[in-house]
Amino acid sequence: MDANGLLQIFVYCLLIVALAPFVGRYLATVFAGGRTPAAAILGPVERGIYRLCGIRAGLEQHWTGYAGSLLAFNMLGVLLLFALQRIQHILPLNPAGVPAVPADLAFNTAVSFVTNTDWQAYAGEATLSYLTQMAGLTVQNFVSAATGIAVAVALARAFARRSAGTVGNFYVDLTRAALYVLLPACMLGTLMLVWQGVPQNLQAYTLATTLEGGQQVIAQGPVASQMMIKHLGTNGGGFFGQNAAHPFENPTPLTNMVHMIAIFAIGAGLTNAFGRMVGDMRQGWALLAAMGVLFLAGVLAAYWAESQGNPALSALGIAGPVNLEGKEVRFGIATSVLFAVITTAASCGAVIAMHDSLMPLAGMVSLVNMMLGEIIVGGVGAGLYGMLLFVVLAVFIAGLMVGRTPEYLGKKVEAREVKLALVAVLALASGILGLAALATVLPAGLVSVQDAGPHGLSEILYAYASAAANNGSAFAGFGANTPYQNAMLGLGMLVGRFLVIVPVLAIAGALAAKKTVPASAGTLPTHGVLFVGLLVGVIVIVGGLTFFPAVALGPIAEHLLTGAALF
Amino acid sequence: MIHRTQEISLLDGRIALQALGAAFRKLAPGELARKPVIFVTAVGALLSTVLFLRTLLAGGAHTVVIGQISAWLWFTVLFATFAEAIAEGRGKAQAASLRRTRAETTARRIASPDASDWVAVPAASLQAGDLVLVEAGEVIPGDGDVVAGIATVDESAITGESAPVIRESGGDRSAVTGGTRVVSDRIVVAITAEPGQSFLDRMIGLVEGAKRQKTPNEIALDILLVGMTIVFLLVVATLPAFAHYSGAVIPVVFLVALLVTLIPTTIGGLLSAIGIAGMDRLVRFNVIAKSGRAVEAAGDVDTLLLDKTGTITLGNRQAAEFIPVQDVSERDLAEAAHLASLADDTPEGRSIVALARQRFGLTAGDPAGLTFVPFTAQTRMSGVDMDAAGAAGFAEVQDRPRSSSIRKGAPDAVLALLDQRAPRDLTSAVERVAKAGGTPLVVARDGRALGVVFLKDIVKPGIRERFQTLRAMGIRTVMITGDNAMTAASIAAEAGVDDFLAEATPERKLELIRAEQAKGKLVAMCGDGSNDAPALAQADVGVAMNTGTQAAREAGNMVDLDSDPTKLIEIVMIGKQLLMSRGALTTFSIANDAAKYFAIIPALFVASHPQLQALNVMGLSSPESAILSAIIFNALVIVALIPLALRGVRYSPAGAASLLRRNLLVYGLGGLAAPFAGIKAIDLLVNALGLA
Amino acid sequence: MIRELKPALLLLLVMTLLTGLAYPLAMTGIAQALFPAQAGGSLIERDGRVVGSLLLAQRFERPEYFHPRPSLAGAGYNAAASGASNLGPTSVRLAADVAARVEALRVENPNAHGAVPAELATASASGLDPHLSPAGIEYQLPRVARARGLPETRIRELVAAHTQGRDLGFLGEPRINVLALNLALDDLTAAAWP
Repeated sequence: MDANGLLQIFVYCLLIVALAPFVGRYLATVFAGGRTPAAAILGPVERGIYRLCGIRAGLEQHWTGYAGSLLAFNMLGVLLLFALQRIQHILPLNPAGVPAVPADLAFNTAVSFVTNTDWQAYAGEATLSYLTQMAGLTVQNFVSAATGIAVAVALARAFARRSAGTVGNFYVDLTRAALYVLLPACMLGTLMLVWQGVPQNLQAYTLATTLEGGQQVIAQGPVASQMMIKHLGTNGGGFFGQNAAHPFENPTPLTNMVHMIAIFAIGAGLTNAFGRMVGDMRQGWALLAAMGVLFLAGVLAAYWAESQGNPALSALGIAGPVNLEGKEVRFGIATSVLFAVITTAASCGAVIAMHDSLMPLAGMVSLVNMMLGEIIVGGVGAGLYGMLLFVVLAVFIAGLMVGRTPEYLGKKVEAREVKLALVAVLALASGILGLAALATVLPAGLVSVQDAGPHGLSEILYAYASAAANNGSAFAGFGANTPYQNAMLGLGMLVGRFLVIVPVLAIAGALAAKKTVPASAGTLPTHGVLFVGLLVGVIVIVGGLTFFPAVALGPIAEHLLTGAALF
Repeated sequence: MIHRTQEISLLDGRIALQALGAAFRKLAPGELARKPVIFVTAVGALLSTVLFLRTLLAGGAHTVVIGQISAWLWFTVLFATFAEAIAEGRGKAQAASLRRTRAETTARRIASPDASDWVAVPAASLQAGDLVLVEAGEVIPGDGDVVAGIATVDESAITGESAPVIRESGGDRSAVTGGTRVVSDRIVVAITAEPGQSFLDRMIGLVEGAKRQKTPNEIALDILLVGMTIVFLLVVATLPAFAHYSGAVIPVVFLVALLVTLIPTTIGGLLSAIGIAGMDRLVRFNVIAKSGRAVEAAGDVDTLLLDKTGTITLGNRQAAEFIPVQDVSERDLAEAAHLASLADDTPEGRSIVALARQRFGLTAGDPAGLTFVPFTAQTRMSGVDMDAAGAAGFAEVQDRPRSSSIRKGAPDAVLALLDQRAPRDLTSAVERVAKAGGTPLVVARDGRALGVVFLKDIVKPGIRERFQTLRAMGIRTVMITGDNAMTAASIAAEAGVDDFLAEATPERKLELIRAEQAKGKLVAMCGDGSNDAPALAQADVGVAMNTGTQAAREAGNMVDLDSDPTKLIEIVMIGKQLLMSRGALTTFSIANDAAKYFAIIPALFVASHPQLQALNVMGLSSPESAILSAIIFNALVIVALIPLALRGVRYSPAGAASLLRRNLLVYGLGGLAAPFAGIKAIDLLVNALGLA
Repeated sequence: MIRELKPALLLLLVMTLLTGLAYPLAMTGIAQALFPAQAGGSLIERDGRVVGSLLLAQRFERPEYFHPRPSLAGAGYNAAASGASNLGPTSVRLAADVAARVEALRVENPNAHGAVPAELATASASGLDPHLSPAGIEYQLPRVARARGLPETRIRELVAAHTQGRDLGFLGEPRINVLALNLALDDLTAAAWP
């Protein structure tokens, strides 16, 4: 750990916190239907979309209607993306002439991008045509992110409303998220990336003759436009197989900083927007503070672990205790670790270093980030509603200790909310533990494991945690592209996405219908240091208790194998 | 402040013994299913017992440890049922004393209130609507309303209060309770309760917890516990797969042990005991809650509606001033009032005597020759008649040694006695007193009005501080009074309430409650009259005074046997304490798990992964001893916390923030740390005894 | 059911047109106009022929060139198949690979002093890592100097000129682009012996 590394971490956190109120204000305006600076241009486009699609923008939906529209939209998305991959060889914009994607992989990829996971069992440059990348993946990058934001906004509305029957209109929330939030930011960001060297073209792959006279085929494509949305929308699906480690996706530490900010910008801004929507900014800051505590703890632990280097390699005569396997020189240790923690804290899944080659405890931080449900800033929208699920549990467990029926923001937390929050927690836990356990006993699951020993278990755990938590990063030594893994990981993604979203919307429906109890001195304060500590404690204990045995057998056992001490 | 009346010691030997028996009876599957966490534990215990027997017969590893684990799993279940049984036992002891009053009685049924011939029928056969005649010395055979007559009734059987109370037809004091005894006069009672549904029956049922329904909060908590149990089932069920991958084999009994230590057995076992104990605390405070839901709601109350009289001010007013009329001197008025009050034992009467003596140095004389006329509900006045000789015994009337008759009482009642129309300044004096928040008492002698005694409201000492405490707890107090706004404001300011409702009528009271509830607030109030019934029913916590009407007692969701309206404050605190106890033990229970992991995980895997010994931070001596120690700790902690569950966690009125800070520290961090020490200690003991 | 699905389907199609085609095509147009070189992949041409991309490592095996990091992209430095080892820290294969690379490096660079810089013995994340740290260059410098018959100081000057500091002074790590350095070396050599 060096001062410069810590400075990067510190400056990054500062930028995110400084950005949050601006993003928050903008988001709050957008989803209250307010007028934004870009309204002159985007307003007519928005109204045109509604007219074209027959969406009655003024008509709000009950939570069941909202959930129904969401599911319909997303299932159609899966079908379309699946079809696109299966017939890409006969469609235009395929200069590299890639063939149709096999059915199991196409299913996995379609589910992966619709669920905002962007798990990639394929290598982009060798598998997908430009058309599939643009009209398939990029589109889902936008709308899956917009779906997450819409759900979070609906939940925030539910807290803000009293005795209401509706939580918003899904199509309107989705359209506004894509049109007013994602598109403008992506357009600006794309140009910034191109300036720094990220390609943006529709050329065929370039054949170069190297200085030594060899041949090198250089993959090309509309990379920058997909980069921006993949980070801003916490999707993470790279244009190339090696994702943001690829110099074309992420040529400089500066572009890397843009990526990192893009990953957290909306998630952090949403906490602030939440505060504004419920009429108490401190509530938003408290959530962000809890996220910040967990984030910093993770970054520092991972940075420390990675800085110890790999004793097994140092013994071979390598200079310094430094683990550069699977890392890029321009990023080095600190930036790589910072990105690894950010990408798993958020549900991004883009990588600039190979997580499989991280030191066990650094890899464990990433793994645990996902197991906790990616609530540390988290996926756009998903992070906020995931965190609010933990808030519901924390308030319920400890809220009784002030001698009142637990309440959050004036809404009583009762049997129904607890039940629904637990369904979501259980969905995630069974998606990770259940499916991972299956993969460790079935021969079809075991063939994918690359490394022997505890690391192999970590690979399986990581794969299913990444799928169920909709992250998309991988211990990439894991051979994911088999029919079994494609099917089961696809299942994990669906469970982790929709078995969380539907209970969240049901909670939103229940909360919106409730009266709001005015706060008094007897109300559990949910904005102070005490509550932040409580929330962090509940997250760590509930998450920790669920996954500790598995993690003990994976990363912890591996860490101890390297001969290092535990504490 | 919360403990009162007959305190039953926490671990009364007789109750404990009975509870032990009940604890075994509660092992019936149907009973256990009500407590899902304990049910899972019992299934685990059964499974490990079967496995133990198999190992015992077929031979195998760890036989001794498996046997001990099975035993402790059963103890865990038993401790949980014992906790519930002992909580119920304490209620049963109280119910027994109530039941004694319900000795078989015979009722005298009559056809109509003025009928004179009656039929003797067993009390148990009385139907609602039957009329019964009860005379002095007889026990009232069932709950009902007095439809004719007036009588004093000894209700000590229910309330523990020895002073008899007046029950009369009409008005707000018409309700009588079966099992109470008429001391004087005779009344006709219309029975209102069906057999077995009487107040006493329900009270016994409630106290015993026989028909206990789970409260909303308890249900939500149960769901949380079930959810966590399922999560841990998932954790434990997937562990063999991960272990198998890692080349480890885990005995099934050890998995069962892991599961049981992880699932929240502590709170799961104590949850119903906490609920029963909460009701029990109310009962010992002489308040009967008709449902646990009401007790919970009490903890959530945001607004307290308090009647001014008797709650905020002393129910009895005190004489503050003599206001003579026309040409009567103040001393003359004082003398008359003094005489009329000599035998008046009410606080008001005594305060008149005290004021007259203090102002004019009057002394008690020879009461011979004086005939005192006591206050009655019909006349609404009291006074004294004296013959000339009697009057002579008093200094103040020596100059007028002739027979005379003095009356003091409610203005309209006394004015009706006057020979002429009330003098104008009398009317204005009465009005002035009323406006100032006082009660005017008109004094008349021989048909002539002498003046008015100003009975003033006295704010109870210490009440201001109590309202401050309530405010700190986030509870708003609203004073309800029939006084006009000006008077109400002055008393409200003096008492320090947050708000007041002046010139309150039952309708306005109801409106106020609805308005508060529309703002999302929970409202508590107490009341006694029939016209309070709608408001009592509307309020989230309605405490009916036992002296009130049957209608009020039906409408409220609690009945205060002492008829003490101040108790509303204590009821709120008991409600809060109940909720806090649940939260504290839940937090404690979940926080406990961290240490158990550090005991059991290294124990399970140290054979296949020797490096995981590093997780054995407690330095437990062997895998078997670690697992055994964790399971023993898990069982013993239930027993250790039974007293806390029954007593409730310490509650000191304070804001939510400081309560949370304190409880998080004690039950959160304490729950995290305690098992590390506890398991280590048990491990040392287990090894010293050579158990593993 | 159909009526429920209609707006969903239409919106999906509209979004496909908007974000899937209009957005990337518009960005491609604008990017090509504003930053044609970068948008085209930062290609480097020598004598009208593309010799590579400044951003991507390519294979260098001759002693007179600085060698980039080991690559596992395809068969090595395949810019259409990026890849990494993904071997875990306790992997036996990783240790064997690294040991072999260390051995090869020592043989290749007999005059190098000190331990082998980590990046030279470990595979990068992309397989196309275009950079080396100053230490990674310094380790190979004696070999390159000897092969080119240039004084080490001359090359050191060139390396210094090609060393990029951290972005904005604190982001990432100091680094040298190997392809750019090798191109400059060729230019230098060409200038010395025209």
